[in-house]
Amino acid sequence: MRVTRINKKDSAPKAESKVDLKLIEPLIKKYKNKKGNLIPLLQGTQNLFGYIPPEAMLLLSRETGLKISDMYGVATFYAQFRLNPVGKHIVKICHGTACHVQNAKAVTEDLQNFLEVKDGGTTPDNIFTLETVACLGCCSLAPVMMIGEETYGKLNGKKAVEVIKEIKRKETLNQKKSLTENISKN
Amino acid sequence: MAQTKVIVGLGSCGIAAGAGKVYEELQRIKVADNLDFELKKTSCIGMCFKEPLVEIIDETGSYLYGEVDSKKADEIIEKHIVNFTPVKEYIVKSDTTETKFDHYFEGQVKIALRNCGYIDPENIDEYEARGGYQAIKKIANERIGVQEVIKSILDSGLRGRGGGGFPTGLKWKFANNNRSKEKYIICNADEGDPGAFMDRSVLEGDPHSVLEGMIIGAYAIGASDGVIYCRAEYPLAIKRLNIAIAQARDKGYLGKDILGIEGFDFDLYIKEGAGAFVCGEETALIASVEGERGMPRKRPPFPAVSGLWRKPTNINNVETYANIPWIISNGAKEYAKYGTEKSKGTKVFALTGKIKNGGLVEVPMGITIKDIIYKLGGGIIDDKKFKAVQLGGPSGGCIPEYLSHTIVDYDSVNATGAIMGSGGMVVMDETTCMVDIARFFLEFTCKESCGKCTFCRVGTKRMLEILTRITEGDGREGDIEKLEELAYQIKDGSLCGLGQTAPNPVLTTIKYFRDEYEAHIRDKKCPALNCKKLLTYEIIEDKCTGCMVCKRGCPTKAISGEKKMPHFIDQELCIKCGDCYSKCKFDSIKIF
Repeated sequence: MRVTRINKKDSAPKAESKVDLKLIEPLIKKYKNKKGNLIPLLQGTQNLFGYIPPEAMLLLSRETGLKISDMYGVATFYAQFRLNPVGKHIVKICHGTACHVQNAKAVTEDLQNFLEVKDGGTTPDNIFTLETVACLGCCSLAPVMMIGEETYGKLNGKKAVEVIKEIKRKETLNQKKSLTENISKN
Repeated sequence: MAQTKVIVGLGSCGIAAGAGKVYEELQRIKVADNLDFELKKTSCIGMCFKEPLVEIIDETGSYLYGEVDSKKADEIIEKHIVNFTPVKEYIVKSDTTETKFDHYFEGQVKIALRNCGYIDPENIDEYEARGGYQAIKKIANERIGVQEVIKSILDSGLRGRGGGGFPTGLKWKFANNNRSKEKYIICNADEGDPGAFMDRSVLEGDPHSVLEGMIIGAYAIGASDGVIYCRAEYPLAIKRLNIAIAQARDKGYLGKDILGIEGFDFDLYIKEGAGAFVCGEETALIASVEGERGMPRKRPPFPAVSGLWRKPTNINNVETYANIPWIISNGAKEYAKYGTEKSKGTKVFALTGKIKNGGLVEVPMGITIKDIIYKLGGGIIDDKKFKAVQLGGPSGGCIPEYLSHTIVDYDSVNATGAIMGSGGMVVMDETTCMVDIARFFLEFTCKESCGKCTFCRVGTKRMLEILTRITEGDGREGDIEKLEELAYQIKDGSLCGLGQTAPNPVLTTIKYFRDEYEAHIRDKKCPALNCKKLLTYEIIEDKCTGCMVCKRGCPTKAISGEKKMPHFIDQELCIKCGDCYSKCKFDSIKIF
């Protein structure tokens, strides 16, 4: 079924929330009192924060009069919405028919083992979130995964892990760079 | 002398294959070497297996180059543009010479895809130059009445290309018959079937044809507002649609008193889907546009009577709308020339899976499945044995090799137990396990069931459990019968198409591949050697060199043996991870 129950443990806020609710204001202005505004509001919120923070839902409800229960119902119904923060890079592995036939499962397993997360999970360093999706529409390049806007085709487990390693290497470099910059500033 | 054009195919699949980098490289060369050619963008021509594609049109003709990377791009420009000698070995299609891929286009009739890969989708002038917006102009100039438009669509025999196959003209007639001040027209671009991407291709390659189709539809039913419900997973399609809508407004194809037709006001907007397969069903889609959970409603009343905001609404899918302008411009008779008695015109298929030439093909109805796979698709990868073809995605079924003479039309495909669906055609070879495919689709529908109807919500879950245990070697006698019983109950007890068709993949695989199910259940074997838990790994003594690679990698230490002596796998300890098989360099591990 589409709706999956969320464990209390999972839904508890993981980190001190640093959500700037002011960002939502233009969104509310745009959609307030319009028919069918619930989904665009949630989509807009997610575009701002990468997920839908509980406090954003409360604010939306206060400002627009939409019911929190309706919002929560919609947010848990559609695959697009997330209620938890995600990593910097979302790795979407295609599990469409063409990819399945070309052994997408092996790609997923290798990535899960490498990142040590399950489907939908985020790595502890908040760099990667792993997701399996139904179809990215690049069937002739199967198996496929998508990271950000970039699509990688004709994969196997090894190639996919290489891509991740490369991104990770860049991230660590960036981190080091900003660290040294901070130190030199201070 | 006309300027030479260099056109890069920048559809989603082209970009994924690296067309973006090729475009940048071409731009760099053009500037660096100060070359005189026009660099342009287009979308997918359907030859996905040869992406990235670059076409050069000069005064001698057109030359389409396949599998172009930055290096090849350099070479092609150097030889073709600078030295006027086309690089024959990379040409995949040309109007001057024959290539070994010509069979891919022979037998295709491009109506819905008429402009895909030929125009810049972000430029309305190019659409107009190829006859675009002539259909709506014809209606305005010749003062063609509403009833006449509907009659044309009825006479053309066009049926819903989203999978249902309901006559489009009839749908329009119903929506027209209902009197209301407000009426809506919706384009269903929530292409959710895994393995289907023709609607994405049309939206990315020729968005104006869909807009024109909707404008004509709006005229016919009397709608003033339109919605395109598009998957959020198609960002490029949404971007190009937005550009197209803005251009159409500027040119007066959208707005008030369109093209001088008095009282014909129409405008439309895009609504991004939020990721739910069930929203492909029209009443669920309407619920989603209204901002609710996408759950289907009871029909009747049909959307033609009470749809969006309880007003008469007409819903068609992308490919259906893309056909409309062609029919109005060329006449219903011309369209009905193609196809069979009950299924007229053409259908676009996304040919994927274990096929040599995968991509998008548009064929006249009535062609056999075999012809699509062998004549257009070039046969099976590695020339393996063709086993089955999956049509219609999670709502469809698998058609076995011995029925591949089946012709493509709504009724013939339905007779096999599959459905035409939106046009996904996934080819499977001898290494695909049919029980696993059935399990795969059930997993999908189980996850995507909205949960409203008990049989669909619980029934698909129970079916999935049974299928999972069969593929894991725990199948029991009576499981097949139980699957069949559940399948018919789910079909009867579900409100919408999702539940009514969810058991189809299981029923068709049981019908045509019952022996595979029985092998899994009785012999605990997977004939396609796909279900891991049912495999046995054994070392062939004669071939084993005793290199110890498998022994070192085995996670459960199930492999024993001395250096340079044949090794041995302890079946009790083996967890069938396949690590030894993938690591052995001497092919000395056999699976059965």
